[in-house]
Amino acid sequence: MSERLPGYRGLALKMLLEAGADIGDLIRVVKDNVVLEGILIPRSEYSDDKHVVIKGRSGYNIGVEVTPTTIVERVRTELKPLFVPPPPPEQRTGLPKVTILSTGGTIASRVDYRTGAVRPVISASDLYSIVPELSDIAVIDAEILFSIFSEDLTPKHWSAMARAVANHISRGVDGVVVTHGTDTMGYSAAALSFALQKLPVPVVFVGAQRSEDRPSSDAPMNLIGAVYAASRAPFAEVTVAMHETPSDEAIIIHRGTKVRKCHTSRRDAFKTVNSKPLARIVSNKIFILANNYQPRDLERKIILRPEFDERAALIKFYPGMNPKIIDWYVSEGFRGIVLEGTGLGHVRRECFPAIKGAIDAGVIVAMTSQCIWGRVNMNVYSNGRDLLSIGVIPLGDMLAETALVKMMWCLAQSKSIDEAKNLLITNIANEFSERTVEHAEPPKFSMG
Amino acid sequence: MKIDYHALGLKVGLECHQQLATHGKLFCNCKPHLFKGEPEIIFLRRLRPTQSELGQVDPAAFFEFQKGMKILYEADAETSCLVEMDEEPPHELNREALDISLTIALMMNAKPVDEIYVMRKIVIDGSNTTGFQRTCVVAVDGSINVDGKNVPIQHICLEEDAARKMGEEGFLIRYRIDRLGIPLVEITTGPVIYTPEEAERVALAIGKILRSTKRVKRGIGTIRQDLNISIRDGALVEIKGVQELELISKVVEYEVQRQLNLLRMRDELRRRDLRENELKERFVDVTPVFRETQCQILQRAISQGKTILAVKLPKLAGLLGFELAPGLRFGGELADRARFWGRVGGILHTDELKSYGVSDKEISELRRSAGAGEEDAVVIVADKIENASDALKAVVERVREAINGVPEETRAANPDGTTRYMRPRPGAARMYPETDVPPIKITEEHLERLRAQLPEPPGDKIKRLMSSYGLNEKLARQLLDMEYDDLFEVAVKETNVTPTVVAATLTETFKALKREGVKIENLAEEQIVEIFKIVGLEKTSKESIPEIVRWLTKHEGSNPMEAIKELGLMMVSEEELKSLIEEYLDKNKDLIAEKKLGALGALMGIIMKDLRGKAKPELVNKILREKLAERLSG
Repeated sequence: MSERLPGYRGLALKMLLEAGADIGDLIRVVKDNVVLEGILIPRSEYSDDKHVVIKGRSGYNIGVEVTPTTIVERVRTELKPLFVPPPPPEQRTGLPKVTILSTGGTIASRVDYRTGAVRPVISASDLYSIVPELSDIAVIDAEILFSIFSEDLTPKHWSAMARAVANHISRGVDGVVVTHGTDTMGYSAAALSFALQKLPVPVVFVGAQRSEDRPSSDAPMNLIGAVYAASRAPFAEVTVAMHETPSDEAIIIHRGTKVRKCHTSRRDAFKTVNSKPLARIVSNKIFILANNYQPRDLERKIILRPEFDERAALIKFYPGMNPKIIDWYVSEGFRGIVLEGTGLGHVRRECFPAIKGAIDAGVIVAMTSQCIWGRVNMNVYSNGRDLLSIGVIPLGDMLAETALVKMMWCLAQSKSIDEAKNLLITNIANEFSERTVEHAEPPKFSMG
Repeated sequence: MKIDYHALGLKVGLECHQQLATHGKLFCNCKPHLFKGEPEIIFLRRLRPTQSELGQVDPAAFFEFQKGMKILYEADAETSCLVEMDEEPPHELNREALDISLTIALMMNAKPVDEIYVMRKIVIDGSNTTGFQRTCVVAVDGSINVDGKNVPIQHICLEEDAARKMGEEGFLIRYRIDRLGIPLVEITTGPVIYTPEEAERVALAIGKILRSTKRVKRGIGTIRQDLNISIRDGALVEIKGVQELELISKVVEYEVQRQLNLLRMRDELRRRDLRENELKERFVDVTPVFRETQCQILQRAISQGKTILAVKLPKLAGLLGFELAPGLRFGGELADRARFWGRVGGILHTDELKSYGVSDKEISELRRSAGAGEEDAVVIVADKIENASDALKAVVERVREAINGVPEETRAANPDGTTRYMRPRPGAARMYPETDVPPIKITEEHLERLRAQLPEPPGDKIKRLMSSYGLNEKLARQLLDMEYDDLFEVAVKETNVTPTVVAATLTETFKALKREGVKIENLAEEQIVEIFKIVGLEKTSKESIPEIVRWLTKHEGSNPMEAIKELGLMMVSEEELKSLIEEYLDKNKDLIAEKKLGALGALMGIIMKDLRGKAKPELVNKILREKLAERLSG
């Protein structure tokens, strides 16, 4: 692999190096009496070492196989187009201040049309030039925290996010937006819901299901909705802002502890589970859907509890699950286990001794349901009653993912097991709802 | 007037788009059909112009976005899934479509690329839910022979068809996404076509090669030609969406006329010494001038609360009515631009106001308000003030372009061969890789496999059909045009029916039946071969074929034997025929007595009237002749 010629190896790399060609150069490939000219394009690192990729004058890329008799020549160095962002729109004065913290993902990126590479967008002025509407909503301050895929984030990143958000809030902003890859955005939103208490202003996570380089991207509208909520919403909670339907009509604001990515690719992948979403934004108007929120109050002092203990695990039960799996976690020193049981909160009886062993060893074991929708109730069947008597803690209608995050947080915040257990069943950030009413049934994926 | 196109430096390049007849779409498994009736699914989108690395956005696209253009998509569940909705990434490239496009490439002597890269071509008029069209070059550098001339084929691309536009109401456009994703091949010729008539011949030749694969769709809308046309001192104008082959030469002729007349107009404007800086975007609200007007268009506009804006076009008096091409005046070009940029219904101008019922007094008042003299023209637009002003800006811009002659633009073809303004020509190609679809290597083994099954080139096939089967050229051509050439050969091989009868049945008889509304396409090829089989075995006569076909298309799943039984078209045996003929002779003794052998013709007529389809006329004739002779001699 070559730094100068990304993706090229073997024969192709050798011929390109001999020709003195760089990415972006106009090159000529002569092969079997066919002459092909085009700009040299980087190659995917998983591709073979026999092809050279060029972009012809029509804009199309093609791959040309090279053999020892192929001639590769550099014609000339093409001027590398220098990107000059259009001047940012004039900033309106007297607007609320919003910080945008970026952690990676597809919300803000730009395509290099010469090579096709997608690059993250860095500065606030870049953001303004891509989504000029933002300058009518708020004065934006942008900071890049990380630039990583959301599946590579760890609880340490949640801590760093929480600290950064608290830091910006203490400097006096009217709201914070966190841009995030969508895969684990639900986990991070739950984590910050616990880590940032007594928030004076909203913290709004936002992502995109279609990358920003395409005209149909949901990123600009999601971002506008998030900045709008951060700057003007009456609530001061950790939330997620995404499309409500496949249509570019409404942004829905979910609570950080109740939200889950429920579809691999749709714009409306995020759903509030077992509750109502907090608000809806349509054409820059906020409609509140749940009234039990913590109101915005700039005087309130934020409490930062950013620590998470990673020695907790989420185990999805399945028919025939080997109880040794549980034993392994105990022997590895895990301090908390969240079970994703069947139905109302069950696992097979074969697992009971292992669970009892874990609890006896001082591990907190809690129960959620793999049904996703509904709450666990372990009093209905004897299996559940027996698990309760062993000491498994039922977690009501809490999402399994939120329960894992909360377990990590409780373990880090408590001096004793009992204290941690108590914290686990205390409603901190609306992760529990007392009642489940009809409208909070599994939402249909509406078609617009 | 005979136009010397060579002297004008006419250059035409073709882009021929042909839908492929695949089982699924190019990037998903939806049915590649169109649906009728009400949509089951609707959703609303906006497309945002993305910036290229050079900070450029397509100005027309950006303008529409700023105006709040929204797109309402309509779909049904059979023809669209989440992929067309841009709610799911594309699946892998359809291999069936790839093989068809490679076959076409090989037939056009093009060189398949070693590795295919699917690209995204930015298109943000809403015709693609993603905001780009997925397209890839499968082969380059081919050529076809058209009447002895070598026509280079620059590219053969495989791409997805776009959504269908269903309507437009102000800033809401409706598209139906059933057509989106249907595989298309795009054949691009070099700009080496020098007359309108040659353009048509090249398109015809390309169409024949495409159809010879038997894997392309037929019918209106399944093949579309784009034409790139320029003349010396004119400009490159791209004309999109010519659906009828017969229209191509007309479109080219009209475009040449349009460009020539725009050049004449340029010369006239220079003669009148119109300078660019004399054209001002100074718009005057002239609504009060028309408060009492008898012009119905303006009356209605005023009653709807619209504003009438006017702009002076200096030194243009009399030129707005200048005819550029049949049915297209310069005023019409201004109106097209006004409609596109201002979303207005149209414009009115001083060259034509009188015919709309505007009084002389109002016209002179209008001229006065707009500061226009007798040598100037005035254009007015009635709409919301911002739309009207966008429209007039576009009008002024178009006049500015007229000073320099022909503007480069993209135009759309009308069904009568004329064209209308569509949008400015897109800037440098805005393409980047479709990273969701992995590149595809084309191996030599793969190409060998396709080469081994390459369809016979249409010219060779016609010659072979003529020499091997004794068909005349017309029949052979018709078989190819109707794509019955393969079926013809099967039927001839498997039956005893003579090639000419098979060919005439498949072409002329079937055409006549189609004209009647018989759904020939519902017949399976096996059924058609079976018909010829029983005709060959003399179970029925060839005269019965139309009736058998009619019956079969109405009785799904039935076979030709059932048809002839049901219809009573079974041939009578020779023995039966003999005794039947005796009966006819008995019944017509008087006639025979009177006319002797001369009764033959009349008797033939009487008998065949009853036995048509049940007895071969030659046999009837033979027996009748014998029996008649017997009786007359006996």
